[in-house]
Amino acid sequence: MAISILIPTALRQFTDDLSEVNVEAKTVREALDKLTETYVDLQKHLFTDMNALRSFVNIYVGEDDIRQKEGLATTLGDNDTIMLVPSIAGGTTAVVG
Amino acid sequence: MSELTKEEITRYSRHLILPEVGLEGQKKLKDSKVLLIGTGGLGAPLAMYLAAAGIGTIGIVDFDYVDESNLQRQIIHGTRDVGRPKIASARDGIKSINPKVNVIAFETRLSSQNALDIIKDFDVVADGTDNFPTRYLVNDACVFLGKPNVYGSVFRFEGQSSVFHAEKGACYRCLYPEPPPPGLVPSCAEGGIIGVLPGIIGCIQANETIKLLLGKGEPLINRLLLFDSWKMRFRELKLSKDPNCPVCGKNPTITKLIDYEEFCGLKKPEVDEPIEEITALELKERFDNNERLQIIDIREPHELAIGKLPNTKAIPFGQLVRRQSELDPAIDTVVVCKVGTRSKIAIRVLKEAGYQGPLYNLRDGINSWANDVDDTIAKY
Repeated sequence: MAISILIPTALRQFTDDLSEVNVEAKTVREALDKLTETYVDLQKHLFTDMNALRSFVNIYVGEDDIRQKEGLATTLGDNDTIMLVPSIAGGTTAVVG
Repeated sequence: MSELTKEEITRYSRHLILPEVGLEGQKKLKDSKVLLIGTGGLGAPLAMYLAAAGIGTIGIVDFDYVDESNLQRQIIHGTRDVGRPKIASARDGIKSINPKVNVIAFETRLSSQNALDIIKDFDVVADGTDNFPTRYLVNDACVFLGKPNVYGSVFRFEGQSSVFHAEKGACYRCLYPEPPPPGLVPSCAEGGIIGVLPGIIGCIQANETIKLLLGKGEPLINRLLLFDSWKMRFRELKLSKDPNCPVCGKNPTITKLIDYEEFCGLKKPEVDEPIEEITALELKERFDNNERLQIIDIREPHELAIGKLPNTKAIPFGQLVRRQSELDPAIDTVVVCKVGTRSKIAIRVLKEAGYQGPLYNLRDGINSWANDVDDTIAKY
């Protein structure tokens, strides 16, 4: 399946500034594995050491959260779009800046 | 319900002739109380449009002072306000648009100690602070008090907005149970922001606030609006209430306000191996002694264009792991960023990736170099 993965601004520093990466994959897990194989710096931002999705990144297929489907095992159809939606916060805090 | 004066009928006539607002709706707005957390990029347009719309009472919470670098986007503050408390300048801005608005100013940082007291008398809360500890604090307080929370967030060219109202749908914790570790997501001060973007997202928040007060229209409950200002594209995602949500789920585990700085990892003791640091003056001395050093600047190319150290090799943060072989582990490496925060994370990333050579963090970043060594470089 030809899948398009949309990369949000906050994560583009790890994908050579690409806003969209195309992969061939049958499940969300396979698509994200292919993405992080190419862009290894992204791996630790998406997955924990236990290879679970981090809780500040949500993954959508189309407009649905994969948590409402089968999680990383959610199957993909041709031309599906995966969207990575991290929590963002532009305002300064005490430590960042 | 309050009546409208003759002047108010003229003033709000464009609302009054909208059947969806009308006289009844405008009276509701006049009797309404909205609390704005923060009067920055999002809070500025929120305050201005809510004042113009005739909201009876606007509460504003802020403890910050107007800085010159705020003016590119925080349009309620002007050049002559630089150095003033934001709360004073925002009050002037609101009063100049609409002197009838009752402004309640809280010159304080919203905290677990004061949040419930401050929020409890307001009908709707709009969070314009856009940082993680305040966002979770406002979310939890609103869940406990049953208040709708109008959310907005911005980063570079991208924004998000939603309405979190636990009685009717998802709260922020249903969407993101936990914040990212500090430093992983850069702030506007690091990541930059197109000035118009918080204006657009703040206006969306103002629009949602007015709909909630009127009890009309379709609010962004259970919907997350994503906006990309560079592609000029809106997307909408579905949100669902999480039955296991620790604050609004069936069996909540958090039933009172907690320490949000701690929750967001901002108070975490240094359990990791300490990172060695070098000051700008020490580095200058090593340059003067012609010592062999490699200077790795992990900022993005456009930041380097503002100014950099001599003999800098640029490897953007996001490419460090892939390009670590370009470093010579036999000599000392000094890692540089803007203020010395990202460079610390970069050093940890390199160590975790197996880099063996000596790594030093330039304390306080290029800004300290600009301060102490080379004043031809602009601080930013």
